[in-house]
Amino acid sequence: MVLNSKIPEGPIQQKWDNHRFNMKLVNAANKRKYTIIVVGTGLAGASAAASLAELGYNVISLCYHESPRRAHSIAAQGGINAPKNYKNDGDSIWRLFYDTVKGGDYRAREANVYRLAQVSGNIIDQCVAQGVPFGREYGGLLDNRSFGGAQVSRTFYARGQTGQQLLLGAYSALSRQINTGRVTFYGRREMLDLIVIDGQARGIIARNLETGTLEPYVADAVILATGGYGNVFYLATLAKYSNGTAIWKAHKKGAFFGNPCFTQIHPTCIPLSSDYQSKLTLMSESLRNDGRIWVPKKAGDKRNPKDIPENERDYYLERLYPSFGNLVPRDVASRRAKEMCDKGFGVGTTGLAVYLDFADTIKRNGKAWVEEKYGNLFDMYHEITDENAYETPMRIYPAVHYTMGGLWVDYNLMTTIPGLYVIGEANFSDHGANRLGASALMQGLADGYFIIPYTIGDYLASSKFPLIKTDNPAFIESEKNSQDTFKQLLAIKGKQTVDEIHKRLGKIMYDYCGMARNEAGLKKALQHIPQIREEFYKDVIVPGTADNFNPELEKAYRFVDYVEIAELMVTDALHREESCGGHLREEYQTEDGEAKRDDEKFSYAAAWEYKGNGQKWEMHKEQLTFEYVKPSTRSYK
Amino acid sequence: MYAFIQFYNSSVGKKLLVGLTGLLLISYLVIHLFGNLLIFRNDAGRAFDEYAEILPQVVVIRVIEVGLFLIFLFHIITAAYTWLVNKQAAGKQYKVWKKGQTSKLSSRTMLLSGSIVFIFLVIHMQQFWYTSRYEAGEHFSMYEVVRATLSEPVYGIFYLIAMFLLGFHLRHGFQSAFQTFGLRDKKFTPIIELVGAIFWLLIPLAFASMPFYFLLNF
Amino acid sequence: MNFILKIWRQKDRNSKGKFEEYKAIDISPDMSFLEMLDAINRDLAKQDAEVIAFDHDCREGICGSCGLFINGRAHGPQHGVTTCELRMRHFKDGGTIVVEPWRAKAFPVIKDLVVDRRAFERIIQAGGYISVDTGAAPEASSIPISKANAEEAMDAAACIGCGACVAVCKNSSAMLFMSAKISQLALLPQGHPERKIRVHRMVEQMDKDGFGHCSNTYACEMDCPKKISVTHIARMNREFIRAKIF
Repeated sequence: MVLNSKIPEGPIQQKWDNHRFNMKLVNAANKRKYTIIVVGTGLAGASAAASLAELGYNVISLCYHESPRRAHSIAAQGGINAPKNYKNDGDSIWRLFYDTVKGGDYRAREANVYRLAQVSGNIIDQCVAQGVPFGREYGGLLDNRSFGGAQVSRTFYARGQTGQQLLLGAYSALSRQINTGRVTFYGRREMLDLIVIDGQARGIIARNLETGTLEPYVADAVILATGGYGNVFYLATLAKYSNGTAIWKAHKKGAFFGNPCFTQIHPTCIPLSSDYQSKLTLMSESLRNDGRIWVPKKAGDKRNPKDIPENERDYYLERLYPSFGNLVPRDVASRRAKEMCDKGFGVGTTGLAVYLDFADTIKRNGKAWVEEKYGNLFDMYHEITDENAYETPMRIYPAVHYTMGGLWVDYNLMTTIPGLYVIGEANFSDHGANRLGASALMQGLADGYFIIPYTIGDYLASSKFPLIKTDNPAFIESEKNSQDTFKQLLAIKGKQTVDEIHKRLGKIMYDYCGMARNEAGLKKALQHIPQIREEFYKDVIVPGTADNFNPELEKAYRFVDYVEIAELMVTDALHREESCGGHLREEYQTEDGEAKRDDEKFSYAAAWEYKGNGQKWEMHKEQLTFEYVKPSTRSYK
Repeated sequence: MYAFIQFYNSSVGKKLLVGLTGLLLISYLVIHLFGNLLIFRNDAGRAFDEYAEILPQVVVIRVIEVGLFLIFLFHIITAAYTWLVNKQAAGKQYKVWKKGQTSKLSSRTMLLSGSIVFIFLVIHMQQFWYTSRYEAGEHFSMYEVVRATLSEPVYGIFYLIAMFLLGFHLRHGFQSAFQTFGLRDKKFTPIIELVGAIFWLLIPLAFASMPFYFLLNF
Repeated sequence: MNFILKIWRQKDRNSKGKFEEYKAIDISPDMSFLEMLDAINRDLAKQDAEVIAFDHDCREGICGSCGLFINGRAHGPQHGVTTCELRMRHFKDGGTIVVEPWRAKAFPVIKDLVVDRRAFERIIQAGGYISVDTGAAPEASSIPISKANAEEAMDAAACIGCGACVAVCKNSSAMLFMSAKISQLALLPQGHPERKIRVHRMVEQMDKDGFGHCSNTYACEMDCPKKISVTHIARMNREFIRAKIF
């Protein structure tokens, strides 16, 4: 099979306009005859469901929460990019396009990134009109802040809760459509399988999490907006329910998986403190604007940080990157922190942390200044660690935060299964090998508000849809498979809980497929992962039954997919013999430890095809061409 | 009429009416207090007696009396109705519930404090208003009736308790009415609290000074 | 640290529930309340016993999923935190902790500590939005909004819809939740064209869903993890008066 990314002809500035003109339209009166399923209600899912319903389509929206508003987009703190150039600092669509391609270390599709930059301004307009309370200047106009990886101020924000406010905006649009009846919303439903009939995605099976009932949903097209799979690592900044099941089941039905190994690890998280810890908490990257990162010069120095004199501290980011200092991009900051800890310079009881010190800033600007700017973060840190960061430096450590990889989609956001679309973090996205701050919200909303409503119409208008009912054998068989899996899981009755096994999988992934990877480690992981899977099927214990609210069963069937995703991630990481963005292969770095890309051999997106249980995946290449942004070495020295 | 029923049936509407009638009722307290303070004139109650005699002869006063009575009924019925709706909506079967940490006792006991004040009012009306209207003879002295009643320890103390509960009721009720009218915000809250203190503290204290005065046999 | 927990267990919507006692042993003071429950659940699962069901997701105080009534307070004894942010160091070692689901007629229990808060959805669906179709928006900076109003709108918009206000209210009123949305949209000029119909429809829906009336005890503000102020209720009342009378 040859991958066709369907990038429109013409100069990059006109591709999207041309494409919009060339796409077929569905007659306004006919739209209500089409049913579209949207799985997930985060930024991408909620905005897509609302926009499609506004156009007149019949929309079914599902999520595993009781309410669409609880999707994990809500936890994004920093902001959303748009090149409005309100600051008059020379921003433009072209610059945002350029920064994003470069930030992604030249592993993204140029045409998609350009389109993203193009529509990003409309997102801000839309959100303001919805009543999103963005930060404003005294003159009443919108304010911008600056963010990592860019030299202009283009980030719109709503305090430290930008994701929440944007999601509530999309949620309100969705609620309005639910009220009109054009969207039917089903809460506490988790998608378990994709139904493909005659090569077209025609529905899904979802589990009612409250009653355990399996429910079939029929449609003419299916959109997955189910987020990232970072919880493979067990400890991540993701929400506990975030999982990879929906995209993985679609992958097994024929959707290729793009760049699965591209993972973003966020540098400023609160470090692990105990075994029971269920997740890692992120603190806004903005802290690095005023905090200085350091470790003691002597390995294993257990002194109180205040007793370590200035000349015995190593401000390693400032030492290694004199011009960017503490503000290097996320992947660099994370990797260096891990390196310091691996060498034994880590601090805190676990030795897996570095200091983020505000003492100098407090001395220079006063405590009140710091409090006004970062007060809520300091409070949060205090509540979690019981330490006062105004007096003693914060301890931070990197944590898995975002997956750039996801299901492979073409320019229309359609996967290799006709009628199956993937939007937001769930697709392999526009971020290449590394995502810049404040770009995830932008992409999710761009996909949902301004791209999918057009591209899906083209497919609907140009395809035929035979009548299908829920008694179709495809539905019946899929339901039976799920029931069998539940029966199997419930019958094992071993000794370990799902979490205990999942934690071990997570540790393997952190150690061998985390911030730094190498061939030996990845090969070791490829041995361990099947062992863990085997152990799971032998020794897991899942109490309760499948016909009611059963959180342990949910964890178990999600884990079944995690362990398979883990294997593909490692396979992908092993094949990519270069370093780029969040993917650092230790064998491929410069003498001073910087990532070394191999554009000759790896300037492509790897799209993996599932070949059946126990079979090896087949890799397909989508060659990436850079006509407009010429690849160069990222340097932050 | 339909609009009014709709308004009355809505949760905010009912609360607005309770607040409004409550404020009308307490405005009467001010007038009542100023008349009553004549008791303290050192003239063996002559001024007070004259005041008590004139009152029923003023037509406006009679009209206000009827109005007050109706407002009072409305206040009680609506408040009790609200209480009933809330009782049904609550569904609270907490095993442990530390109400005291999140709200003031006065705010949670409005029905109780209001009911006791209501009982007090019935007795109070019978003792003074009814007596002066329908049992006043030739040499009737209102001052004497007041003195006789309030120097009786049982009644005197009952009056003191009632005034305490009235203050307690208004402690919540006054500012609550302004919250319901939508006037409580950063700017107005201090003013509302200040004026409120006149109603929940000063006025009940002034009323309480009367039984106190007679109890101690001045 | 060690604790004795009395936790409400209820099989499903229709079953009668009761309190069960559990021991939490060797709890680190830095653990969150939900991690402490995770530890109990791990032990239960190992004995093949059904785990205690509770809603949770982001575990950083923003998704609004979690919400337990802990020792008589919504989200426990600390002010301004959600259950998932609450740490065990705030409890007395060796003490007893009573854990209950939100209680309100409008929030029926689904299982154990999980309640059905869909009534909140219906309130928002009734009018908690500005009617603007995708693509119809004017340029973002065409409407200046004073910083003070934008900030206050943000204060209101910070609501996470957890339901603590209803849980702690003696009348189970949803006023704080509803007013936060009405107030946010009333403070912004974009919200003005629909302000009358919005307050009318949302109040009507709240009453229909069986929430109680507000009696201004302000308990909601005290247990709101996002410290939403009752002044938003006042503003909502003003919006109501404006809609009905003027």
